[in-house]
Amino acid sequence: MSWSNAADAATALRTAGYLADERTAQVAFLGDRLGKPILAEGPAGVGKTALALAVAQATGHRLVRLQCYEGLDEAKALYEWNYHKQLLRLQTDEGRRWDELEGDIFTEDFLLARPLLEAIRSPEPVVLLIDEVDRVEVETEALLLEVLDAFQVTIPELGTMRAETRPFVVLTSNNTRELSEALKRRCLFLHIDYPSVAREREILLTRVEGLSEELAGRIAEVVRSIRRVAVRKAPSVSESIDWARTLLALAVDHIDGAVTADTLNVLLKYQSDIDKVTRELDLAPAHDG
Amino acid sequence: MLGALTEFSGELRTLGVPVSMVEVMDAGDALRHVDLADRGAVRVALAATMVKNTRHQRAFDTAFDVFFGLRAAGGGEGADGTAPATPPDPGGVGGAGVGDDLTGLLDALVAALTSGDGETLRHLVRMAIDRFSGFQPGRPVGGRYYLYRVMHRLDAEGLRRRLLEVALAAAADDDDLAARLAAEHAGDQVDLLRREVEDEILRRLVADRGAAAVAGTLRVPLVEDVDLMHATREELDEITARVMPLARKLASRLSARRRHGRRGRLDVRRTLRRSLAHGGALVDPTWKPRRITKPELVLLCDVSGSMATFARFTMQLTYAIGHQFSNVRAFAFIDGIDEVTRFFGPGTDFAEAMGRMSAEVRLVRRDGHSDYGSALNGFVDRFGDAVTARSTVIVTGDARNNYRETGRDVVAAIATEARALHWLNPEAAQYWNTGDSIMATYVPLCDGVHEVRTLRQLETFVERVALAPRSIRRSRRSR
Repeated sequence: MSWSNAADAATALRTAGYLADERTAQVAFLGDRLGKPILAEGPAGVGKTALALAVAQATGHRLVRLQCYEGLDEAKALYEWNYHKQLLRLQTDEGRRWDELEGDIFTEDFLLARPLLEAIRSPEPVVLLIDEVDRVEVETEALLLEVLDAFQVTIPELGTMRAETRPFVVLTSNNTRELSEALKRRCLFLHIDYPSVAREREILLTRVEGLSEELAGRIAEVVRSIRRVAVRKAPSVSESIDWARTLLALAVDHIDGAVTADTLNVLLKYQSDIDKVTRELDLAPAHDG
Repeated sequence: MLGALTEFSGELRTLGVPVSMVEVMDAGDALRHVDLADRGAVRVALAATMVKNTRHQRAFDTAFDVFFGLRAAGGGEGADGTAPATPPDPGGVGGAGVGDDLTGLLDALVAALTSGDGETLRHLVRMAIDRFSGFQPGRPVGGRYYLYRVMHRLDAEGLRRRLLEVALAAAADDDDLAARLAAEHAGDQVDLLRREVEDEILRRLVADRGAAAVAGTLRVPLVEDVDLMHATREELDEITARVMPLARKLASRLSARRRHGRRGRLDVRRTLRRSLAHGGALVDPTWKPRRITKPELVLLCDVSGSMATFARFTMQLTYAIGHQFSNVRAFAFIDGIDEVTRFFGPGTDFAEAMGRMSAEVRLVRRDGHSDYGSALNGFVDRFGDAVTARSTVIVTGDARNNYRETGRDVVAAIATEARALHWLNPEAAQYWNTGDSIMATYVPLCDGVHEVRTLRQLETFVERVALAPRSIRRSRRSR
């Protein structure tokens, strides 16, 4: 990757269909330049994961993805010995001396590479996405530290494996819990919030074919207005895209209160939220249901 | 630039933002790759390397404006020596084309805001400040008074109405939704104007007295250090947003033993049975699941008048915990007590829950002043079975009992029965046991008594709670 400045990064991401704001482009550029992981934090559905996908597409590098979940451990994140294969090997070689065998069964042939090791071992540069890192337990975070600051993995039987090419690393977090200082210190921090009206309009125009500029602007304004109501789950960018598609499918060319009320269930996923927004925005449904 | 960076990180640390040595070095590294004349780029580079928590963002922004507002405009230190990006000093605006009268200025402002012409807007703002702020050099102020004067003379509310008219005229139709969008738009534009005025005043203050001095005047506590009892509306909103992650942390602390118990002892029978598939080799060891202890949480919240702000906050916490954690029961009390768990469960809305709580539950039995004795007795009588050996009981209250019966025996009984009893008091510890506060009565009965006046103190409590439950048990037996 060789972006010469933030504007360059923004253009590259745009070709991959990702409209980065100034801040996102700048941090992506710095992440590449400094070789530091990017920790993207923000509400769900604002394009944190999409950033990594876009970087991969823009640069043509392979994407390696580690989806985090509660209970993720070393064997699923880093590597695991292929126990069954080792056992078979031992059985075929019955009668040989142990010290001969030992060197045989702890080689790379018997290693199952999980995403982190896979990203490190890859001969060509990759984009490593560590998704929803706030879901793992604090203790598991420690697994990531060696990978994130030195781009290496230490396997006791084999030694330390160092990355041949630095992967571009993106971590995402929904901020459901505070990440450890140790992890944060190793990353560039990027807070991605809901886009401005102008940018959301642009995103809608890029992502939804056949949408008129006027309608897109209007959708962005209404969605922003709904986000200001204190709802449990504010509509994300992908939901406003869904809404735009719905409106197109219904051949709506003009949004008023009644249309919004009738299609609100595309934007909001809780009945209590729908009720609240209908009340606060004073939307009158055209008909029941 | 390095000197400025060190000074800046020092200011951030003074504000309470944790910036490590490594992060300052990273910031220095990052600055070598960005155009130093581009203030926005410098801001992003510094924010990404030094501020790792969104709640410190605002403190960072203010400090950045103070420290790099003028220097970046000079651009002299840029490696490539590019011309300064920001227009030169605000002195030379006298002979502008706009009329000298207030009406002319207002018209121009409305036009600039409507067309979104930032350059003209900033120019007009400088004029307005020249004329209305009554700027007095050398005064150690934070500029809020200047802002007030300028916005007052510009008649912010009148401007908003004019902008609203423009927005309404531009709107395609005239239903409620369009009106709402137009109103929001007008509000945003006035906010933009206010920010521009604020920025310009700050710029002048810094030019007048120097960055360090102005930063000192502007220093405000971080969200986590705001006193919950005296928080402003805005601060409360921000605090509310932080409560959810904290509740999750508390929940995960309390259930930590559960998660670690994923692997119990070796299950010999199953392991042998599985080995048959591999010719008798013990390939797949199987473990017995460890017995699950489900921790329970019981919250007792004083929601009387003296606790109003704090009560809102504790109910917020209750709400957050209720969404994370199924084994939670919440009770609210004043001089009577009732269960409020059902209002705060998953799928509820907080504002609605608060409304239902005040409408459907009777917490006042006599006069509506706190009465811990009567409330706690009522708790044991009616909901005594809520507390078991697995329960962690958390009481939130200021223990200001209006000189009534203390209910010490009841608290002692709860403490004996429960796994742990914690008391969170929103008053400063130095005021405990003054006047009608009877904290001293309860302190010896609790496993922990915590002063929780700020979010940071609540975090500390969450860090500590549920640590080593066994040692707590032992200490109870020796009591």
